[in-house]
Amino acid sequence: MRYIANTEADRRAMLDVVGVSSLEELFSDIPRQVRDRYQPIGLPERSELETVRKVQKLAHFNAVWEQYTSFLGGGVYDHYIPRVVPYVTSRSEFSTAYTPYQPEMSQGTLTAMFEFQTLLCELTGMDVANSSMYDGATALAEAVFMAKRIAKTDKVAVCRSLYPHYRQVLDTYCQAGGIEVVEVPYDHAGRYNADSLPTKISALVVQSPNTFGIIEEMNGLKERLGAALLIVAVNPISLGLIAPPGKAGADIVVGEGQPLGLSPSFGGPFLGLFACRKQYLRSMPGRIIGRTVDAQGEIAYTMTSQTREQHIRRGRATSNICTNSTLCALAAAVYLAGLGGHGLQELALLNLEKAHYLAERIGSLPGYSLAFSGPFFNEFVISVPGDPQSVYRQLAHDKILVNNPSSLSELGVEQALSFAVTEQRTKEELDSLVNVLRDMT
Amino acid sequence: MKTIFDAKGKREGKVLPALDVPQQGLEKLIPHSLRRSRRPRIPVLSEPELVRHYTRLSKLNYGVDDGLYPLGSCTMKYNPKVNEDLAQLPAFAGAHPLADERLVQGSLALLHEASRYLCNIAGLSDITLQPAAGAHGELTGMFLFNRYFKERGESKRKRMLLPDSAHGTNPASATISGFSITQIPSGEDGMVDLVALRETLDETVAGIMLTVPNTLGIFEERILEITQMVHAAGGLCYFDGANLNAFLGQARPGDMGADAFHFNLHKTLSTPHGGGGPGSGPVAVSQCLVDFLPVPRITRDKKGYHLDRNFPRSIGRMHSFYGNFGVILRAYAYILLLGDDGLHAVSDNAVLNANYLQERLKKTYRLPYDRLCKHEFVLSGEQLGQGITTFDIAKRLIDYGFYPPTVYFPLIVREALMIEPTECEGKETLDRFIGVMEKIALEAKENPELLRTAPQHAPVQRLDQTRAARHPILTYPFDELPE
Repeated sequence: MRYIANTEADRRAMLDVVGVSSLEELFSDIPRQVRDRYQPIGLPERSELETVRKVQKLAHFNAVWEQYTSFLGGGVYDHYIPRVVPYVTSRSEFSTAYTPYQPEMSQGTLTAMFEFQTLLCELTGMDVANSSMYDGATALAEAVFMAKRIAKTDKVAVCRSLYPHYRQVLDTYCQAGGIEVVEVPYDHAGRYNADSLPTKISALVVQSPNTFGIIEEMNGLKERLGAALLIVAVNPISLGLIAPPGKAGADIVVGEGQPLGLSPSFGGPFLGLFACRKQYLRSMPGRIIGRTVDAQGEIAYTMTSQTREQHIRRGRATSNICTNSTLCALAAAVYLAGLGGHGLQELALLNLEKAHYLAERIGSLPGYSLAFSGPFFNEFVISVPGDPQSVYRQLAHDKILVNNPSSLSELGVEQALSFAVTEQRTKEELDSLVNVLRDMT
Repeated sequence: MKTIFDAKGKREGKVLPALDVPQQGLEKLIPHSLRRSRRPRIPVLSEPELVRHYTRLSKLNYGVDDGLYPLGSCTMKYNPKVNEDLAQLPAFAGAHPLADERLVQGSLALLHEASRYLCNIAGLSDITLQPAAGAHGELTGMFLFNRYFKERGESKRKRMLLPDSAHGTNPASATISGFSITQIPSGEDGMVDLVALRETLDETVAGIMLTVPNTLGIFEERILEITQMVHAAGGLCYFDGANLNAFLGQARPGDMGADAFHFNLHKTLSTPHGGGGPGSGPVAVSQCLVDFLPVPRITRDKKGYHLDRNFPRSIGRMHSFYGNFGVILRAYAYILLLGDDGLHAVSDNAVLNANYLQERLKKTYRLPYDRLCKHEFVLSGEQLGQGITTFDIAKRLIDYGFYPPTVYFPLIVREALMIEPTECEGKETLDRFIGVMEKIALEAKENPELLRTAPQHAPVQRLDQTRAARHPILTYPFDELPE
């Protein structure tokens, strides 16, 4: 096998040292009947070329994405990824390292994660951040568990305008963790209905921009919640323009980091963003990197606050998370450092302008109009005349990708389609979508 | 250590495309109250500055491509380069998770086939690929157990049994899922004490979480008795798959009595760990848990592959989408590259390497459980004398250019050094490591200061961990005056 360095002669010499006569004998502690029941998969060893061919063959059953125009969103956006991002993350000193248990040999990863934490705090307006979670949905679920620990209440309120996949993961966790989930409806603006906030809750979960793309108004919200925590789910790109949740008094901020330089990759690996207020540091899940000094007084970085973690506190840990998404967090750091604060603002503005151009063009078609009146960022919902499924199918036929309207319909928004627009969409592509829709009516 | 925030440069030049639609202006599109007033303090780096910064940082790191990485329980094996290219194929990397399923038949077929291979390796009925890491797999398993007992009207089964050698994630996962922990002591031989197990088994037991082989690297020889006892008492058996490299291609958890078993694709199946993640922790289950698996499940009929959410008894969704596809793809390609013979060769060589190291090193270091090991073993750093600790030994290894083993785990061995060489290391490298370990033992006697002040030949010296914990600096101090 080509990833093995031992030769037959090495193996014989090593068996002699161990004092056994065969490799087989090394497995004599596994019950015979277990070994006898082993069934191979039925796969031959393959050369690299044969393997590449077999995987490529599967790839051919996917669409050729270059031929499609994507308006897909729902938490995963079609942003341009500068080449420098995968260049850095593919350096094997980063990619083939383990969790930085030995800081003296891991200053690269540790420094980059310290940068990532800082970047996330800058974006969100929070005090502290961890060095990543699995993805947006699981980060939110962990935030709700954390709020339960802090507020000691088994009920959480969630805006209905949350991404459906966030909600589904949250429901799974809450069911197992004994947390009741109550829903806050949305209004005609597409925002949460501030008149129907439940009481005696551990936290309120608000997503902004929400699943309809609408930017939530959160001024004064924290004050109304009393002892309950405010958890805000964000799109990091939007924070180039939108007020950071920290300013509105958010206690925990979570989000999906995919827009920060990660390819869609059919849903993963992604990057769970997690930041909170300083006073909740001890309750925060995940790996946290801190700055300290070495024996010579030189600045150096290390994993810290580990007494919260499973390998020390075991059953009483704040979370069971161990492996996270460090390499994806590195990608995000490189992506943001390549843009700079000004660049991020400009990027967000491009998304905003293009989305509004498209929304207005579609909204001027007969029978089409914006479904909600609230301000939106780079994604919006349009009420369509007729059956949205048939519009969806027709668009797919014309190689235009949009979210399946069934997910809107599950949220009670009927006869509507949603569109996400990034900096990658050209005016030509936007106009041609409008033309396809016009020709349908 | 300089960070991007220390950069003072002002980059010029075009980064973003020009706006090609009529500009409306921020003022019109977002009300003032919703806008941010201060730009985030993200420095402006030119591309060469950026590349040099991260190249420099990379050189302060150590990956498995740099050399031996004998981190016990982490299976730091070589990551085949071709798999990186395959994960970047535009057809796969460009697939949006919400694209119409007719457009992603290749991705779905790959997940379906990977599921089949992994079920086969586990010897179990079905699998979910959603968990993003081993601990996430444990959580999924515990949620499944929860639901199983709930449906059977046995909600009083709330006790989870764990050997005292268990990974810390096990008790954490079980507790989060609402179980209480009962610890089972290990016997003199390092294996589960069957008498203690029998005594605690009753109608309040939900099950047991086992790592096989255990974290001492010892295969539970009475594994069939253990799982039969737990099953007879009405409980379920969860297997932590961190140590699958010990019997990959030769034995199957399903044949040992597992009801749920998680893979760590970033360990056993060679996907790069990325300095902390991403990983992937698929959970394979026996027939009694299949109906509860997370949705959507990938099904197949005459029309092709589907993302099917219609499983009313499912625990629900565990991941934003379908799991870490890019990681699963690499593991799938690894299985293809190796085939059955290759998988078998992995455990053959991993176990041979570990036993060879154990045999040679036990002459210099105390080996608390002296018996055949599997893919890893645990030494004790005590008894080197002069007050030398395992911590010192680990730091001195850094001076010799080796990544240290896992230290101070498992908890049942004092001053533990948990060593896992993996199948990828050749005898030559192992001999070099043995030589260094022997030399360190000698240094401990003759010049212990060398160990106490190690590392001297690393990018930084020993860190002040107390200061890091007591005075946490967790973000760049923008307001700090330059020194």
